[in-house]
Amino acid sequence: MSTVASLTRATLAKDLRLEWRSKDAINSMLFFSLLVVVIFSFSFDPTAEESRQIAGGLVWVAFLFAAVVALNQTWAREIRNQVLDAYRVSPAPPNALFLAKALGNFIFVTVLQALMTPLFIVFYNLRALGPAYQLPIVAALGTWALVVNGTFFAAMSLRTRSREIMLPLLLFPISIPALLAMVEATGAILTGEFSAKFWIVLLAAYDLVFTIASLFLFGFVLQAE
Amino acid sequence: MTTPPNPQAAAVVILTDLVKQFGRFAALRGVSAEFAPGQFYAILGDNGAGKTTLLRALAGLIPPTRGSISMLGTTELRSVSGQMGYMAHPSLLYDEMSGMENLRYFARLYDVNNAHQRCADVIRAVKLDPSLTRPVGQYSQGMRQRMSLARALLNDPKILLLDEPFSNVDARSAREMVSLLAALRDSGKTIFVVTHQAALLEGAADEFVWMEAGQIVSLTPDLRPVETRLEAR
Repeated sequence: MSTVASLTRATLAKDLRLEWRSKDAINSMLFFSLLVVVIFSFSFDPTAEESRQIAGGLVWVAFLFAAVVALNQTWAREIRNQVLDAYRVSPAPPNALFLAKALGNFIFVTVLQALMTPLFIVFYNLRALGPAYQLPIVAALGTWALVVNGTFFAAMSLRTRSREIMLPLLLFPISIPALLAMVEATGAILTGEFSAKFWIVLLAAYDLVFTIASLFLFGFVLQAE
Repeated sequence: MTTPPNPQAAAVVILTDLVKQFGRFAALRGVSAEFAPGQFYAILGDNGAGKTTLLRALAGLIPPTRGSISMLGTTELRSVSGQMGYMAHPSLLYDEMSGMENLRYFARLYDVNNAHQRCADVIRAVKLDPSLTRPVGQYSQGMRQRMSLARALLNDPKILLLDEPFSNVDARSAREMVSLLAALRDSGKTIFVVTHQAALLEGAADEFVWMEAGQIVSLTPDLRPVETRLEAR
């Protein structure tokens, strides 16, 4: 009998294969965040110290907006030819689909971050004065916070008429606590003025709560008309 | 309230006062019927008669507003979803993947044993080539329909629910599909086909189910009463 883990792997592999062939999500995310970096660098001309203060906000807002582009693409594939119905009529558990989609989005946004972070460092002359080893932890927890909610709300807005507008309307307000934690933690690490531990713990708790809630509720969203 | 599976049940599908409303519009208006196992049912009717809604309700894709569906002895349709095959009007396939890649993925969802062999077998059964590497998006409409039928057959279902399987398929391929469905019926499967091409199923289907305004108005082994009904309009 297929387990949730093996079905998640199969669906994730299928999604990565589809993305590798179409490059829909990654191309639009890259182009979008590149534009944000360039526009921000023209709009502000900060000193190195000011950069450290504002970089957390700039980076995460850019990644949040770019993630929305990827999140909309993920489910668009499932609506084309109504393939989602093939999953719905199968005995496969909804959780496997949700986890695969969230992990897929996590990989796409992480790839984007790996490509864009050097650009941010160059454009804003960034250097961490605090414990730099905490940055990957904040990035991983922050990205999961964005994609777990984003995947859930993108599925919820799937059957609405203007789903591309609906997703940010649902996602942004609920992401505020996570976004605040990401920005504060990144700022703390870059400036070294205060500890990021509280914000990292908050982010981890946020991830835990919303992952459990999404897994619990996704079955209802999938089976909704 | 659900009932446990009962393999001894005489009827494989029992509809009891089935009502499905979309807002104020009732797509199904109190449908009650019993369908025997190992039979081939052709569901006919004009556009908007409720045929596709009935099939989607049987597949468990839309919950009834009122009434119940009992399938293979249970009203908990999800518990028997592995014994159902569903083919919709859209292909339910990923355009960017080949037919074999699509089927391999769906075989995982149904936990099909010896998946590669089974996928190749069902692709051959619908007269396509399993070694075709072209993505499904580049298939002709007829090939896509046949691949979609192959997907529905993948899990060797006891009940097949097919929505317009012959649309956009050439006459020869359609006849081949009907022969395949008749053979599947002979092997004990219960088949429901929604179609506008009733004549194609004459001699193959066991019962013709005529729907009108969300109700089953006749269930007959002969196509003639249906044709008479059409002529009288």
